[in-house]
Amino acid sequence: MSGSGPRENVFATRMALTNMKLRLKGAETGHSLLAKKRDALMTRFRAILRKVDEAKRKMGRVMQLASFSMAEVTYTTGDISYLVQEQAKLATFRVKATQENVSGVLLPAFEVDRTPGSDFNLTGLGRGGQQVQRAKEVYAKALETLVELASLQTAFTILDEVIRATNRRVNAIEHVIIPRLDNTIKYIVSELDEMDREEFFRLKKVQGKKKRDAAIAAEKRASLEKAAKKAAAKAVKITQSEPATDLLSTKDEDVIF
Amino acid sequence: MEGLFFNVNNGFLEGIVRGYKAGILTQSHYASLTQCETLEDLKTQLSATDYGNFLANEASLTTTIISDRATQLLVDQFNFLRSNAVEPLSKFLDYITYSYMIDNVVLLITGTLHERDTHELLERCHPLGVFESMPALCVATNVEELYQSVLVETPLAPYFRNCLSAADLDDLNIEIIRSTIYKAYLEDFYEFVGTLGSPTSDVMRTILAFEADRRTINITINSFGTELTKEQRAKLFPAIGRLFPDGNNALAKADDIEQVRLVCENIPEYRSFFDNSPGDAQDLGDLGIAAQLEDRFFRTEVRLNKEAFLQQFQYGVFYSYVKLKEQEIRNLTWIAECIAQDARDRINDYIPIF
Repeated sequence: MSGSGPRENVFATRMALTNMKLRLKGAETGHSLLAKKRDALMTRFRAILRKVDEAKRKMGRVMQLASFSMAEVTYTTGDISYLVQEQAKLATFRVKATQENVSGVLLPAFEVDRTPGSDFNLTGLGRGGQQVQRAKEVYAKALETLVELASLQTAFTILDEVIRATNRRVNAIEHVIIPRLDNTIKYIVSELDEMDREEFFRLKKVQGKKKRDAAIAAEKRASLEKAAKKAAAKAVKITQSEPATDLLSTKDEDVIF
Repeated sequence: MEGLFFNVNNGFLEGIVRGYKAGILTQSHYASLTQCETLEDLKTQLSATDYGNFLANEASLTTTIISDRATQLLVDQFNFLRSNAVEPLSKFLDYITYSYMIDNVVLLITGTLHERDTHELLERCHPLGVFESMPALCVATNVEELYQSVLVETPLAPYFRNCLSAADLDDLNIEIIRSTIYKAYLEDFYEFVGTLGSPTSDVMRTILAFEADRRTINITINSFGTELTKEQRAKLFPAIGRLFPDGNNALAKADDIEQVRLVCENIPEYRSFFDNSPGDAQDLGDLGIAAQLEDRFFRTEVRLNKEAFLQQFQYGVFYSYVKLKEQEIRNLTWIAECIAQDARDRINDYIPIF
């Protein structure tokens, strides 16, 4: 098991093992956090998806209404585009961008800021002014829907990207990092065990050798002692014949055997 | 006596106009037009009427093109009438063009005020209101020059001279300028038809009085909630019409649509303008009432103009023909627009003429 699958390139030491264990723990915490984030984003994403759908349908209706109200204006007053263009001085319809934080993702949200302007509310004074005003209102509403849709769409794309990234991370942690750390830990553990066993075996071996050596030494000493005794007995016999020149019988302090 | 010599000078043209009038689309035409599925169908249906193949050379059909071409037809007819007319009919026909001229001049003023290139505006001008020296107005680069050239070049000079100074063009809202000039024009026209004597003056005065009242009511309603003061408003009301002077005074002080209604109660013919069939008015609100009002104005205008054809030996038919034809073009545009935008439920909101 320890050899299969990819693992970190570390030395199998106890310190590395501790490190790996810490990292594994970190990865697991990260995984659960990211999974939570993904779930939160997904919930949000679904809600936005539904809203986008609604807004798109609504926009179809509203835009149709708006262009129809323009037809009404043309019916009563004729072409007013130039007058309106020239008389509009200030933008009465502005879009404010704010940011919203959804589990760490900054989503831009567009808000409509309408200042009631009166730039061309005298257009069609003699005829069709009401239609012009109405068209203005209807178009403002259509724009509002558009702005809403725009902010939803942007949120949609951004969320989509973020969810993908988060999913990638979750999957990476789950399927690559955690197994790899697991493998590393297993490898280290098995390696350490191996070392343990080796050490044990080595000690055993050393012990065995020591025992054997001791046994040999003991045997030698015994045989030496025996030989010494024999020699001594002979020497006694020789000394009795020529006692002064016998070197062997002289006991040297340094010679063990 | 009028009838005795009318045909000497105007018999031919009256005959022509009555012939033209016979070409105005009828209810059955409209019925088939509203059945059309596409603008191509509309074109086919129209080719069976007096419009003939007026759209034959158009590669792509849009509502704007349809209305432009239809207007061009009307302009051609009108120019034919105008070039065959003799005094005082020619003068009368000129008067008809003045209202379009006012629109065009106002458009050019707007362009000049904002320092745009006014030449491109010439295309946007209503062809009926085009006068020979109109391009000359484009030369003017500031308001002072423009004012001078309007005085010199256009027949609108008296209206400008009497109502506005060059400085006013700068200061006042363009719509106020337009309304002021239009008021002067209506009053002048009213006076002019008076000099033409009976039956013309009878017929035309009814129509013009209605036109004046309609403007008065419209200006009143449209000025609610705007920066237009009541004094300014009162100045824009034409001093003719059936509401004048009492109604105008009351309208000048009106604050909401209810007060306008009360004023109109005094004129039997106008009572019906504010009659609301219960149910549809509530949810529409003030805007809805006003929108309905506009519709009813159109209907009344059409009715009055139709009645003008009941009288012979008078000039009213020329005016009425132009107005009816204009309404017809509006109807066509409306139907085309409804077809283009697929708004079938509103397609019958046009105003039938015959």
